[in-house]
Amino acid sequence: MPARLGRIYRIAGPLVVAEGLESPRMYEVVYVGDEGLIGEVIAVRSEKTYIQVYEETTGLTVGEKVEATGRLLSAELGPGLIGSIYDGLQRPELEIGRILRDIFIKRGVKVNALDRGKKWVFERNAEIRVGEKVGEGDILGSVKETPLIDHKITIPPGIRGIIEWIAGSGEHTIEDTIAVISAGSVKHEVKLYQIWPVRVPRPFKEKLPPSEPLITGKRVIDLIFPIAKGGKAAVPGGFGTGKTVMLQSLTKWSHADIAIFVGCGERGNEMSDALKSFRELFDVRRGRPMMERSVFIANTSNMPVAARETSVLLGVTIAEYFRDMGYDVLVVADSTSRWAEAMREISGRMEEMPGEEGFPAYLASRLAEFYERAGRVIALGSPERTGSVTIFGAISPPGGDFSEPVVRNTLRYIQALYALDYELATRRHFPAISWLTSYSLYVDFVREYLDEVSGGKWLEYRNLFLKILQRESELLDIVRLVGPEALPEEDKLLLEVARMIREAFLQQNEYDPNDAYSSLEKGLLIMNAIIEFYNTSLKLVKSGVPVFKIRELKSPYLIYRFRLYALEDVKKLYEEFKKSFKKEIESIMGESSGS
Amino acid sequence: MRVVEVKLYTRITRQVYGARGSLVFVKTLPGVRYGELVELDVDGDVRLGQVVDVSQDVAVTQIFGSSLGITPGKTTVKLRGERLRLPISIDMLGRIFNGLAQPIDGGPPVIPEDYMDIHGEPLNPALREPPSEFIETGISVVDGMLTLVRGQKLPIFSGSGLPHNKIAMQIVRQARVKGKEESFAVVFGAIGVTFEEAMYFLNELRKMGAIDRTAAFIAPASAPTVEKLALPRTALTLAEHLAWKHNMHVLTILTDMTNYCESLREISAAREEVPGRRGYPGYMYTDLATMYERAGRVYGKKGSVTIMPILTMPDDDITHPIPDLTGYITEGQIVLSRDLWRKGIYPPVDVFLSLSRMMKEGIGPGKTREDHHPVFGQLYRAYADGQRLREIIAIVGTESLTERDKKYLEFADAFETKFINQGEYERRTIEETLDLAWDLFSILPEEELAIREELIKKYHPKYRSQK
Repeated sequence: MPARLGRIYRIAGPLVVAEGLESPRMYEVVYVGDEGLIGEVIAVRSEKTYIQVYEETTGLTVGEKVEATGRLLSAELGPGLIGSIYDGLQRPELEIGRILRDIFIKRGVKVNALDRGKKWVFERNAEIRVGEKVGEGDILGSVKETPLIDHKITIPPGIRGIIEWIAGSGEHTIEDTIAVISAGSVKHEVKLYQIWPVRVPRPFKEKLPPSEPLITGKRVIDLIFPIAKGGKAAVPGGFGTGKTVMLQSLTKWSHADIAIFVGCGERGNEMSDALKSFRELFDVRRGRPMMERSVFIANTSNMPVAARETSVLLGVTIAEYFRDMGYDVLVVADSTSRWAEAMREISGRMEEMPGEEGFPAYLASRLAEFYERAGRVIALGSPERTGSVTIFGAISPPGGDFSEPVVRNTLRYIQALYALDYELATRRHFPAISWLTSYSLYVDFVREYLDEVSGGKWLEYRNLFLKILQRESELLDIVRLVGPEALPEEDKLLLEVARMIREAFLQQNEYDPNDAYSSLEKGLLIMNAIIEFYNTSLKLVKSGVPVFKIRELKSPYLIYRFRLYALEDVKKLYEEFKKSFKKEIESIMGESSGS
Repeated sequence: MRVVEVKLYTRITRQVYGARGSLVFVKTLPGVRYGELVELDVDGDVRLGQVVDVSQDVAVTQIFGSSLGITPGKTTVKLRGERLRLPISIDMLGRIFNGLAQPIDGGPPVIPEDYMDIHGEPLNPALREPPSEFIETGISVVDGMLTLVRGQKLPIFSGSGLPHNKIAMQIVRQARVKGKEESFAVVFGAIGVTFEEAMYFLNELRKMGAIDRTAAFIAPASAPTVEKLALPRTALTLAEHLAWKHNMHVLTILTDMTNYCESLREISAAREEVPGRRGYPGYMYTDLATMYERAGRVYGKKGSVTIMPILTMPDDDITHPIPDLTGYITEGQIVLSRDLWRKGIYPPVDVFLSLSRMMKEGIGPGKTREDHHPVFGQLYRAYADGQRLREIIAIVGTESLTERDKKYLEFADAFETKFINQGEYERRTIEETLDLAWDLFSILPEEELAIREELIKKYHPKYRSQK
């Protein structure tokens, strides 16, 4: 096909308008200018083609050529993804640094996403034989990409036929053909990697209900507002509410097989901090560096604005690719507000009719398309396998005001909300997830699973916790007016318990080695202990024992220390608490019956 | 190395279609480049401008100066065929410039080492090194509670009439890294400041003898809008040059960024862009980020760029777009409180609203002192308890207070008057700051200190005096 050429008509920041381009296709990739800057067609209006350019446009001139490629903006998917740090166009940033020999990123650098020279050990799937019928998604073999990740080599979507040839186990580069599949007269060569357009969701066989929780290691999430594998959640919070710390923590500790962290329009220093800790920290469950199961996309706030969108899409595309191998993948996008702002900027330059606060009217549908790519699915191909993509999107609302367009539109498409509260953050209550505004619609889906682990008590206890906390906020309004002493005894006790729930259960110290990650079992022990304290004390109070007597007890303070210990010690502490609490209660009972 | 782009296209035209504010609309000549520099000759007075939007017919040019006297048909426009690049040199230390790096101190021009594009380029995120070196400012509340580290961007959120300039100068005067004598420079940028403020800064710098290692850029309130927009970038371009080419640790102070944002809004309105919140352009976050993100450290490089922007919050409102967007970009913020200032506390830092995100990396054994972490936590909690009690007594009076409550109230007062409060010329080492904190802890019941016992035995005044 002859190259379709046009020329630059107008340049306005990241937006370039071309004219003379023959039959431009929406979202096809174009090379802009003599340097061949990468851009994408985002609108076609009569003779003019509107292109968003993913690199700095300074120095371009009217009349320079524009070349259409006919391809969609795509990701390279294959061995070598894990441990990489990409920019929004999937260029490995360490490679960029090596090529440029500079600490700055310059435009127009051409680097492959995956290393072409590296040899991978391909392990052939013994079940696959020449002459057999195969279809999309079938596993041809695997590559041990890192000690944690067995990278399955699958037949790309859209290809089916007869296996004509397949390579044996051995070393291959990603460009080596490892199988030839014939479909009639057409022969498809399958390589270790495949190409997939980032704007198109990858296909699957069937979507499954989100019935399994994704354990995150955060008690307030796992046991109060659980997230399911394949779930979609938003984390809005003003600055200083600990958004980034919480999201990085999720990427570190959650039970996902693979974590993808998309730093989209955020701070460079925080990104480098995350990278450092991912290299140094070990996965608690598998004792390997976290980098061996992570992919980073780092498009910091000073990098080209249009590439924020591609970073988010690239992240979720890589996630779907691993999902199709049967992995549970977590995608964290920090922050979707910056992506929305990029849309606003481009839309403004195109002189489109603005929606609310200048955001384009299609903001909502873009957000929906993104979040809808989450899900737990049965993948295409055999052997049958299920995988999931769970999405956490951070939102940075201006002024911490949740009524702004990005938060409001996101709420329509997510199922779990973790609202970070400024008030809690200034009180150094972390994670600053507000129990009054947050919610999870996965409670009913994962109930069976959690009830089973907890001996049938989980939902009951969880709802009681929330009820106590809700009541506390009402009581605190009263206390502010009349002081705590005016409350009835039962309410005074409730305030004590609420404080215990907040400080011993909900709070978690990200920098404490034992507290940063809390297993379900440990969380449930704390939960049980608090409920036990509450039920027993409530009986006492109802029988006339004043709350100050209960406040004087020593054993309840043990509960506050649970979270600072490892599970084995917590079990011992729990037994110790039960014993000494019983003793103390008996002595109170003795007193009151003796008097 | 002077990069001169294709000179072939250098052209002159008189076809100016019109002008509005600082924008001039010129006929597009062949080869005009987006972002390129133009010269406008208005009756012999040459003014610089930059192409900010170019299409087939019209090139929109933003001029660095006033549009006074521009006449369609008479004014000549010359394309320079290159981007705005300013002369940059280590010799700029000790000198004073305007926003376009032209000397305004009466001295000779500086011989440039390089001509640089003031917009800079993004640092490669994968090559950044997490900042972790403690900068001792000698101010207790900063060192103890809001530790600054090299490569951080930490702004001061102030209000009109509050002593942010004094604090900034105290930091410039006192900042140092423990136990190290390394080449250290200050780049100072003043945007839209009054004559009085500019004089104050220059006098202070002279008085402290720091002028030799300081380069100052000043665009007074009367300077053209576009010069105010260029100034912080010019200052940061020098800062980067000193850090990455000359291995220096550079502290960049930019004041008052509110003036910068006002200029940005002005230009945006002139360009008839769709406004975002309160009329500020939707890209203000990105615009500020491209400057503040120039702070950092890099693996394999000795130098560092630390940025301390100062801004005055309109109406002391922290949710105003300027402080709000800044807070999303910077690694924390130092917020000044009018209440504390009225109480006579200097520096009037509101500990609850302030935060240093890089603090945990910069403190602890080997960096500050082993007890810094727990001491910080204890100070914060005890002060917060005291503050809460103050609210309660405002409603129910002091009658119902217990002995314990009274101690916490006493602590909160002492924290403000002894710990936060300090002299403008008083330098406290980090050890003095931490010891001072322990002195305050002796007000509190010892069993309520959430600090490891061995640290209490080592640092608590009760045990210190026994030794």
